[in-house]
Amino acid sequence: MRLIDVVQFASGSLSGSRTRTLLMILAMSIGVASVLILTALGEGARLYVVNQFSSLGTNLVLVFPGRTETAGIGPGMLLGQIPRELSLEDADALLKSRAVKRIAPLTLGSSQISRDALNRDVIVLGSTSDLLEVRHMSLALGQFLPAGNTGESVCVLGAKIRRELFGKESAIGAWVRLGDRRFRVIGVMASQGESMGFNTDEIVIVPVASAHMLFNTTGLFRILIEAKSRDAIEQAKKDAETILFARHNGVRDVTVITQDAVLATFDRILRALTLAVGGIAAISLSVAGILIMNVMLIAVSQRVQEIGLLKALGAPAAQIRNLFFTEAVLLSSIGSAVGLIIGEAGVLVIAKLYPTLPVATPWWAVLAAVGISLITGVSFSVWPARRAARLDPVTALAGR
Amino acid sequence: MIQLDKVTRSFMVGDQQVSALRDIDLSIAAGDYVSIMGPSGSGKSTLLNLIGLLDRPTSGIYKLDGGNVSALDDEQQARVRSEKIGFVFQSFHLVPRLSAAMNIELPLILAGIPVHERKVRVAALLENYGLTDRADHRPDQLSGGQRQRVAIARATSMHPAVLLADEPTGNLDQTTGREVINLLEQLTEQKVTLILVTHDPALGARAKRQLHMVDGQIVSKTEN
Repeated sequence: MRLIDVVQFASGSLSGSRTRTLLMILAMSIGVASVLILTALGEGARLYVVNQFSSLGTNLVLVFPGRTETAGIGPGMLLGQIPRELSLEDADALLKSRAVKRIAPLTLGSSQISRDALNRDVIVLGSTSDLLEVRHMSLALGQFLPAGNTGESVCVLGAKIRRELFGKESAIGAWVRLGDRRFRVIGVMASQGESMGFNTDEIVIVPVASAHMLFNTTGLFRILIEAKSRDAIEQAKKDAETILFARHNGVRDVTVITQDAVLATFDRILRALTLAVGGIAAISLSVAGILIMNVMLIAVSQRVQEIGLLKALGAPAAQIRNLFFTEAVLLSSIGSAVGLIIGEAGVLVIAKLYPTLPVATPWWAVLAAVGISLITGVSFSVWPARRAARLDPVTALAGR
Repeated sequence: MIQLDKVTRSFMVGDQQVSALRDIDLSIAAGDYVSIMGPSGSGKSTLLNLIGLLDRPTSGIYKLDGGNVSALDDEQQARVRSEKIGFVFQSFHLVPRLSAAMNIELPLILAGIPVHERKVRVAALLENYGLTDRADHRPDQLSGGQRQRVAIARATSMHPAVLLADEPTGNLDQTTGREVINLLEQLTEQKVTLILVTHDPALGARAKRQLHMVDGQIVSKTEN
């Protein structure tokens, strides 16, 4: 029997029982599509986090007050205390390291902002002029904080705050009240949206010294260090540790982490998540394979007479096996083709619905989905095909 | 042509052995027209299945064209069926989803004959059996007589030496049955060996040789 005839015969018997064929293709394509969509979502989440991290700035080293102990809990933590604050002087001292390009100390507080009768609660971020560069922020109007650790009463508004307080009026040069102090608006941030759970559209940035006065503190929430280059990141981290170790009287009471390390961890976690989700979807594919086996077995028992006839007409067992085999291969390849289309369409829809999520099916997922569907389709049809081939022609012809 | 020596066929029914054929000795020459008659359960269909290589004897030797075909393996037997044997069944056994032309073409497809030759042969067969205008009809769109004509055309498409017909008129009315028998008898004029299983004595009497079977044995042979 010629290959083309085998294919024609098999597709003939597939189109002969339309409902059965459509159901099987549906099962197969749902399996393939779910692998594609779920891995695309997983990859999207991974890329999203990676992008978020790089939008925070490049070559970043972060310094936190307090030390995360891996063994046990320090007494200070139980009391909710931090052993020693990070001070503004600590931050300036870090500039002594040759690996450090810029630093931005951060202090954080919550206050009420008001302009005439309008007021709302805002998060106030105290920092220096270098924050703009270090955190890759951009300004929409006016200028950023003045250089140096001045205690000037100036502020930069987030895009949403400006809209709420000023509407269509010009904000630059106007005065707003933060807590019990008055600040002059010198700039407005460009709208950037959410970034690592921190919405820069809804904050007010003031000089770090002003923030300290406003909140009556001296401590820093965090110090951002930008290393000179990617290779200098490790050196900057080491230097920061040594400098702060010396300044804090030989106590290691700060935590220094590199952004890369955090990023790599997230990358690993999310990649594992993608694989796990893809694996779950692959289970649905093998369920589709079992369905194919089931339906092929039914097909064999429904078509015993036809099989008996083929045998009577001189078809050897191998040929009958091939016919059923070809049917399964056709089914699973049509199923995976349809699944690819559905999956890609689904990914497009998700991309349209959530433009911020960079969903894209990774190539390995496409290969795996199609591969698994073909392998399950074929391997699960071995048994039914063999059963068909082994039928006794006399009983088969009698339809028993 | 066909030579059976002490052929027996027994089945296990539960734990009991039932003999469907007992020590059958039979030889049929090329171009013979043989009818096998007998009550149901007499073993006539089993004998036909054995001759058609759909079944194997429990003991004894079956020679076809001088070769011991009962010694062949399944695949070789399939080839012999394809090349030398044609079947016509009581219930036609047409593939319901295929057109008349495709049903006739089926043995040719299975034998791997090239497309253009297939088309020529099928067209000729359709013409011979008056089915040209029914070529694209599926079996459920054909009358009983037309279905059996398609089945005969299919059985002869590979030019078999032996044509085995198991109650070919069983599902047909008198007139169409007569037509079908005529078609089969015409084939014997072209040196095809026709073996016809029937329980209709009038039909069986038309054959040159008539075998009567009872309880798995040939009890009488009549020659016209």
